[in-house]
Amino acid sequence: MADTPRRSVLRDHPSVLWFMALLGVFTLAVSILAEGFGLGVISTSLVKVLGMTLCLCLLAVAMDVVWGYCGILSLGHFAFFGLGGYAIGMWLMYARTEILVRESLAAGTIPPTEAEVAEATAAQIFGVVGSSELPAIWSFAHSLPAQLALVVLVPGLLALVFGWLAFRSRVTGVYLSILTQAMTLALALHLFQNDSGLRGNNGLSGLQNIPGALDVPQSVIAMWFFWASALALGLGYLAFAWVVSGKFGSVIRAIRDNEARVRFLGYNVEGYKLFVFTLTAVIAGIAGALYYPQAGIINPAQVAPIASIYLAVWVAIGGRGRLYGAVIGAAVVSLLSSWFTGGGAPNIDLGFYRIVWTDWWQVILGLGFVLVTLFFPRGIGGLFDWLVRKQ
Amino acid sequence: MTALLEVSDVHVTFDGFRAINGLSLAINEPELRAVIGPNGAGKTTFMDIVTGKTRPDSGRVIWGERSQSLLAMSESQIARAGIGRKFQKPTVFEEQSVRENLAMALKARRGVFSVLAWRAGPQDAARIAELASEIGLAERLAHRAGDLSHGQKQWLEIGMLLAQDPRLLLVDEPAAGMTPAEREHTTRILKSAARTRAVVVIEHDMEFVRRLDCRVTVLHEGRVLAEGSLDHVTRDARVIDVYLGR
Ligand SMILES: Nc1ncnc2c1ncn2[C@@H]1O[C@H](COP(=O)(O)OP(=O)(O)OP(=O)(O)O)[C@@H](O)[C@H]1O
Ligand SMILES: [Mg+2]
Repeated sequence: MADTPRRSVLRDHPSVLWFMALLGVFTLAVSILAEGFGLGVISTSLVKVLGMTLCLCLLAVAMDVVWGYCGILSLGHFAFFGLGGYAIGMWLMYARTEILVRESLAAGTIPPTEAEVAEATAAQIFGVVGSSELPAIWSFAHSLPAQLALVVLVPGLLALVFGWLAFRSRVTGVYLSILTQAMTLALALHLFQNDSGLRGNNGLSGLQNIPGALDVPQSVIAMWFFWASALALGLGYLAFAWVVSGKFGSVIRAIRDNEARVRFLGYNVEGYKLFVFTLTAVIAGIAGALYYPQAGIINPAQVAPIASIYLAVWVAIGGRGRLYGAVIGAAVVSLLSSWFTGGGAPNIDLGFYRIVWTDWWQVILGLGFVLVTLFFPRGIGGLFDWLVRKQ
Repeated sequence: MTALLEVSDVHVTFDGFRAINGLSLAINEPELRAVIGPNGAGKTTFMDIVTGKTRPDSGRVIWGERSQSLLAMSESQIARAGIGRKFQKPTVFEEQSVRENLAMALKARRGVFSVLAWRAGPQDAARIAELASEIGLAERLAHRAGDLSHGQKQWLEIGMLLAQDPRLLLVDEPAAGMTPAEREHTTRILKSAARTRAVVVIEHDMEFVRRLDCRVTVLHEGRVLAEGSLDHVTRDARVIDVYLGR
């Protein structure tokens, strides 16, 4: 019979190849058109927006795996994304401030001691929250490898511990969503406090300046991050496509549809959920670590529960349960969102009423979400099914 | 010889209602056992208890040579210990193909990382094909399970049960909604499985039970009312009274 074992992910899922090809073409096109190494048709700020969008796409793919495939509507994945951003932001901010402090102290007659440098750096970073002590969580901020490890470890461990507690007590469905939202809210409220050790609502800033490359123009740095984001999205997409393609994908979709039945087949459902929740949290953290150096700033508002809700909306609009759907949703909605709210869309004066897009965008997004859920439960990605069937 | 499964003096109440009331029974290996009884007798609840779905208020459920208590184990641990189950209402994963359903059930390591690394080898594919032809779904391996008829879903679930290669098969009303020819086929599959394993079949259809030609346990109000050959239990006045005579 026509049963070929050991089929490759790529042959089984032509959409993966298509996606890789499109991502490659897009990356090449931007590289040629951008200021950094190319023609300069695309501005550096647009390159950054596009690079950030790639990071959001990776985050959405992770969200799709945890929600669309495994059925866990997590309202915490934007928080994991933010934690990745904070972890790398601490190094970016510390290392750069230290360089500036050394420069200014070098002007003096006697060379400064290491303790003086550290003290002055701390004072510089924490002056805004009325402190000059370096909090304990900044102990490794001078070390890039350590902070890179934290990009993975902080979201990973938080997801592991939270997931272990929640899944073990078999919290599911909307209760689980509420629990993840509570976690996100608690985290955001903590970060808002000045004594959180992360500069309260000031957040971390100046992240676009890369220590060690302070002389490199932003147009070039923007390209580095754009490429890194494209690479991360490509690799992440491939890895997730592999994860969801085989028997593992079968099991997590079965868990989504009827987890009790999966238990009677001998699968430890909690272990699977914990794995998926933690893995996607780690990828979210990595995406965040690439995003915030392009954004230049991170503050607690970014981590607030509403961001995670938007993330779920992107995935729903793009089409749950298919990886490219998540990418489409994140790209389309986040780009439209920044166009409308960033003043890209000209306001329309009707005489009796002035349509201000920054206000109306929320309404459009809300309506779009409702319409998609009601009439196109498969989202924009569902259009592809329709096209394929028509052929 | 000690029993493979020993249920003793089990009690279950649902909101004050005594669904299982001092149930005791033992299953050997190999053995084919039919469980009959009126609606609400507690037949399905018995399977729920053995598979860990329902936790009894009191009593013991002992499994295997090492006399493990199933009450201390989770549903998935019980399944891995070798107890497979087919539900009264067929439950398969409708969004997935027949092949995927069978592959998930196939006996193999169940850990996260083993499953991540698993790709169907030639033996697995052959085993899936063999199972599929045994349950008459060879032509439908690539179809969505949700598109199957009710009877075919029953078959698929039986196939998934066989794929697990369990020591004890708990089969809840397998023949419901099947044609006489299909019932015949089901009887053959169950009898052949019972040559090497323990098989417990819940069934209402007496003709089906007669063809199984095995020891019969009659449940009533959550306990065993009678046990023995079909002829023996059908002559029992109490059985006639509560079940057959209606
Ligand atoms: N989860 C539950 N909550 C409350 N009552 C329950 C529950 N499960 C079963 N019952 C009740 O326990 C009794 C036994 O049910 P059970 O399903 O075991 O019967 P059965 O012998 O399988 O009947 P049938 O032949 O109709 O399938 C019934 O009265 C049923 O209503
Ligand atoms: Mg029943």
